[in-house]
Amino acid sequence: MDKVKSLEDLKRIREEALQKREAKTTGGQKEIIVGMGTVGIAAGARETLKAILDYIEKENLTDIIVRQTGNIGWDSWEPIVQVVIGSAPKVTYGKVTPDIARRIMKEHVQGGQAVKEYVIE
Amino acid sequence: MKELALHLLDIAENSIAANAKNITIIVEENTIADYLKMIITDDGKGMSQEMVSRVVDPFVTSRTTRKVGLGIPLLKAAAEACNGYLTIKSEPGKGTSVEVCFQHSHIDRMPLGDLTGTFLGLVIGSPEIHWVFKYTHNHHEFVFDDAPIKAELDGIPLSEPSVLGFIRQYLEEGIRQAISKN
Repeated sequence: MDKVKSLEDLKRIREEALQKREAKTTGGQKEIIVGMGTVGIAAGARETLKAILDYIEKENLTDIIVRQTGNIGWDSWEPIVQVVIGSAPKVTYGKVTPDIARRIMKEHVQGGQAVKEYVIE
Repeated sequence: MKELALHLLDIAENSIAANAKNITIIVEENTIADYLKMIITDDGKGMSQEMVSRVVDPFVTSRTTRKVGLGIPLLKAAAEACNGYLTIKSEPGKGTSVEVCFQHSHIDRMPLGDLTGTFLGLVIGSPEIHWVFKYTHNHHEFVFDDAPIKAELDGIPLSEPSVLGFIRQYLEEGIRQAISKN
């Protein structure tokens, strides 16, 4: 049987995270917001959020804040994902499937270029 | 919604919207007594009796000033179709508790679905809330409380990749072990 992760593991994780943060220069805060109202959840927002979290874990991307929010107010465009990088205006994406979420992570969050075909405002 | 875990997410979102600081989610699977129960308890702003009846049955009550969603009525109907029930206890200023129960073996019962995905999304997406998850499978219990993790991290965001991986594996392993002990 696998050993359940312990708080000792967490101490080591914290030390490593601190070292990584000190080592790199900050390129502005990156924030990803996923709409999690009833309509969003029914449209697949949890899978979209999971794809984003998986991507962060697999690509080892630090300094990204992921937030969920209630209804954003664009029901027919759910699942909705918003990306804010540094002081740039917020970009809102609609009908974001896990595949599109991975593209947004790669091209926009990592590459700095919005994925225009899915931008809704 | 095709999974109970998605309904859990939906109800927890109501708790977040009600400005809860502490949210506890209990999922209890009992294949011996044959029930599956979920209880979501928050310390948010709570609701009046009138509001509770509107949330449970939006087409019966008359007042139309506040918008209510269909998540709860649909879950209630699904539970009742499986010899179960859904009840809401709420008090303004104190909080709300939603309890839903299904006959575990009922052929129409929705699958529990991806509990880890739901819990992970809630903990990472709303880090300002103190989350407690308790999963029980025939009396074998797994409890996840995010307070000691946050205390240990001391300001490191939960969305750091190594922290994310830690919480994901912690949830996955804990739930799997509770099931495999049977």
